[in-house]
Amino acid sequence: MDNPPPTTDRSTAKTVVDLQDAVAVLGQFPALAGASLTVRRGEIVLLRGPNGAGKTTLLRLCAGLVPLVRGSGQILGLDLVTQRDSVRQNVGLLGHQNGLYYDLTVGENVQFWGATVGATEAEVTVAMERLGVADRLSDLSVRQLSAGQKRRTALACLVVRRAQLWLLDEPHAGLDATARDELDATLREAAASGATIIVASHELERAGSLSTRAVDVIAGQVLGAQS
Amino acid sequence: MVIFAFALDADSVLERVAPGLVWLATMFSLLVLVQRAFAIETDDGALDAMRVAGLDPRAIYFGKAMALAVELLILEVVLLFTAVILYRQTIPLDGVALLVLTLLTATCGLAFVGTLYGGLASGFKGRETLLPLLTLPAVAPVLIGATRAVESALGTAGAVVSDGWPWVGLLAVFAVAFGVGGSLAFGPLIDE
Repeated sequence: MDNPPPTTDRSTAKTVVDLQDAVAVLGQFPALAGASLTVRRGEIVLLRGPNGAGKTTLLRLCAGLVPLVRGSGQILGLDLVTQRDSVRQNVGLLGHQNGLYYDLTVGENVQFWGATVGATEAEVTVAMERLGVADRLSDLSVRQLSAGQKRRTALACLVVRRAQLWLLDEPHAGLDATARDELDATLREAAASGATIIVASHELERAGSLSTRAVDVIAGQVLGAQS
Repeated sequence: MVIFAFALDADSVLERVAPGLVWLATMFSLLVLVQRAFAIETDDGALDAMRVAGLDPRAIYFGKAMALAVELLILEVVLLFTAVILYRQTIPLDGVALLVLTLLTATCGLAFVGTLYGGLASGFKGRETLLPLLTLPAVAPVLIGATRAVESALGTAGAVVSDGWPWVGLLAVFAVAFGVGGSLAFGPLIDE
C-alpha cells in the first residue's frame, strides 16, 4: 500500500527526476547497472545510446513500471519504491505503442483517459484542440488514423491526464516530416507550460535540436551529460 | 451444439448429455471472449497505459470480470434455449430457481478465472496457447458442478431439484474464492 505523499508540491518541485545508482533487472539481466540522473522541471532531456543500452528500461523505471532493485529514486518528490502507485499517477509514458483503444473514436479515447483523473469535458476539449485532434478527427475510429494522428491522440491523452513528467520512447518513429515538426512543436509547448520531458531517441539531430540537454546511456549507466 | 444435434439425433444420449454440452460450449466460448477482452488492451499497449495511469488493479479486475460475466450470461441463456429446441429439453417450474442461481454462480466463477488467467497470459507471446492450458483445468470444478446442478434443475435422467443445491454451494464457494484471490493477485500478475 502507498504511503501518503510528502508535503512537497509536485507541480512546483524543482527536481523532477532524481535517480542515484539505480539498478533494475529484466529477468536475470541487469538492464540498469547503477544509473544516476537528475532532471529539473521544464527540461527536455534526450537519452542517447545504442540498442539495448537501457534507455527504455530507464524510462519505464521512471514510470514506476520496472521495480527499483537497488539505489534510490524519486520522481516528482515521490519515492520510487514506497510510493510507486503515486508516481504512476503523475507521469505519462508514450512507448513504442500508443496505448489507445482501436475500437473507440479519438474523442472517446481522450475522454476515457481523462476520466481516470476526473477531467472535465472542457479539459478534454482543450487537450484535443491543443493536439489538433478536436474537429475532423474527433469522431474517427483510431483504426482509421495515420501513425502521426495516433501519436497526437496519444499525446492528447497525456495532456488530459495532467501528466507532469512525459516519458517518450522513440516518439518520432513512423512519422513523416510534417508530423515530426508538429510533434516537436507540441513538446516545446508542453515544456514551456511546465511539463518535464525525457525523450529516448536514435534520431540525434532532430531530438538534439528539441532537447535542452542530452545524456548518454551506455550499458545500463548514464555516463555523461551535456547542455 | 448444432453438430451434436445432428450427430446424436436418433440417440437418447443427446437428452442425457445436454446440460454438459451447454457448459462445454460455454467454456470454449469463454476462451474466445477472454482472448478478445485482453486483445483490445494488448493491441496497442493500453494495459501498460492503464498501469501507468495508476488505476487500481482490483478495479480493472472486477470491471473486466463483470463485462465478461454479462457476455457469458447472455450466451448461456441462448445456449439453454438452443438445448431446449435442439435437444428436446424442458425446464420444469420447480427447477427455475436452481437454474437461475446455477447460471449466476457458475458465470461469476468462469468470469473470475477467465479474467485472472487472461491477464496472466496477456503478457506472453504464446498467449493463445497458454490461456486454454491455464484456464481449462481451473474451470473443471465449474464444469462438473454446473452440469450436475443443471441436470437437477432440468430433471435429466431422473435427477431431482434438491440434488442440485450442494453443487450450487460449490459454485458459490468457487466464485468467491477466485473473486477474492483474483483481485489480490491480478495487480502483481500484470505487473513486471
